[in-house]
Amino acid sequence: MNELPEGFPRYSPVGDSALLLEFGERVSPALNARVHALDRWLKADLFPGITACVPGYASLLVLYDLLKVNGGQVRTWLEERWRSCPFEDSQQSGKIVIPVRYGGEDGPDLDFVARYHDISPEEVVRRHTTPTYVVAMMGFTPGFPYLLGLDPALATPRLDDPRTLVPAGSVGIAGEQTGIYPLDSPGGWQLIGRISEKIFDLERDPPFLLSPGDEVMFVAAEGSTVQ
Amino acid sequence: MSLLVTQAALALTVQDSGRSGYQRFGLPESGPMDWWAHWAANLLVGNAPGAACLELGFSDAVLRVESEMLFAVCGAGYRLRLNGRELPLWMAFRAREADEMRLEKTPGGNWVYLAAAGDLLTPAWFGSQSVYPRGGMGRPITAGDRVPTARKEGIGWQLAGQSLPKAFHPPCQAENVIRVVPGPHEDRFTPASVEAFYRSPFTVSTRSDRMGYRLRGPVMVHHGGADLVSQGMVIGEIQVPGDGQPIVMMPDHPTTGGYTCIATVIRADLPLVAQSEPGVSEIRFAPVEVSAAQEIYRNALAGIDSGIQPKEDLWHQL
Repeated sequence: MNELPEGFPRYSPVGDSALLLEFGERVSPALNARVHALDRWLKADLFPGITACVPGYASLLVLYDLLKVNGGQVRTWLEERWRSCPFEDSQQSGKIVIPVRYGGEDGPDLDFVARYHDISPEEVVRRHTTPTYVVAMMGFTPGFPYLLGLDPALATPRLDDPRTLVPAGSVGIAGEQTGIYPLDSPGGWQLIGRISEKIFDLERDPPFLLSPGDEVMFVAAEGSTVQ
Repeated sequence: MSLLVTQAALALTVQDSGRSGYQRFGLPESGPMDWWAHWAANLLVGNAPGAACLELGFSDAVLRVESEMLFAVCGAGYRLRLNGRELPLWMAFRAREADEMRLEKTPGGNWVYLAAAGDLLTPAWFGSQSVYPRGGMGRPITAGDRVPTARKEGIGWQLAGQSLPKAFHPPCQAENVIRVVPGPHEDRFTPASVEAFYRSPFTVSTRSDRMGYRLRGPVMVHHGGADLVSQGMVIGEIQVPGDGQPIVMMPDHPTTGGYTCIATVIRADLPLVAQSEPGVSEIRFAPVEVSAAQEIYRNALAGIDSGIQPKEDLWHQL
């Protein structure tokens, strides 16, 4: 796997009960793959007192119970796990295929995205359903997946005037990112489609359809306005 | 058994110590704004320290007691009256059926916690009763709501009157000094800005809530821009967006963010931030080492545990 940028990995305390491990300062699939490989490796043999690991695009935040361990112990453990981590052989979790209804009322910005790139709406759908995406991290609202892997030819700026209500399940594009809104919320992403499945459902076990590090593919759903 | 809310404060939710381990899915920890007062209120009534309480903030509330229970109210910025008679905060008291508990907002803080001996029978999500409306986990309490309660078996009525003296409260002063661990991105600010951060007073903006407190003060200048590749965040992190005005992350904060963090408030001093009054309080920051911060926190907890005093004779006359 590629070497890390100069000066990384970098360990920094974040307050009195967390340690941040930074892998670099850019969005990069290779760096993000390392984040998830280490995250899996940590979870495989969790140190007592660790309360949460939070993957970022190029970082892993490790929270601990300061009544059980101290920052020095956590750092020593992290450094050891870093050295022993099988980055090359790390297994991705399963691939999740998500049907999307593209265009029409479900994807009110699909035509804009097509015109913006001077391609047909069908071509937008073809390009959006081709890659395998990785859930780089989650955040913004509960269950919101930031997906890496968008075809750069689909990169589209955010709306100038964000919507006050984006329906749950909407699939959007913002810059070089694509993602799915888990809940009804305000938002400025270009909406190209919508999924039927709930990616966050408190009534379901497990409530989250996706986890950081998962691989995701989109397919055009039956009955999609644009196939 | 229950408590009837006849007038709701602007902010009124059930909060236990919060949920941990789900930040990776975008769920914040939630939990109390002022963990110190929350912890003390529970201990005063004989509960486990992380048990669910009512968290009230920013305006008056009135509750009717529908069954006899042992209560305690801890925090700052409120006056407590039981059937019109003023009672001190930070003290366990017995209230009887049909008693009226009135919490009147006063200067000096924002939040109080009402603990009842036993359990609040409210729903839990991901192992926690903390309400987090943005995630569909409950809603704020409004007038007319009943909070069901279960009295603890063999409740210790003798606890009524025990109190936590002022020496063991968070040190709320007009000019709070908030201790922080520098970084992780202190090097992204100009040396003059870092100096100003530790030298100048900040005020809390009225645009502050359970997600974050916005501060007003000297403009922090970045080099290399305010943005970074989004990464995980913790409670107390002080993010500085492009406008140079810091935001302190509070319990319902977004779990990931893309702004540089100049410093992080230590756990022991989060209550001081929470109780700083928008537009009124001035706060200053002082750096400490991680190991010192951890010791301060342990000492604070030990202080609450050991500081509880048995009831005073005065109480017998009530």
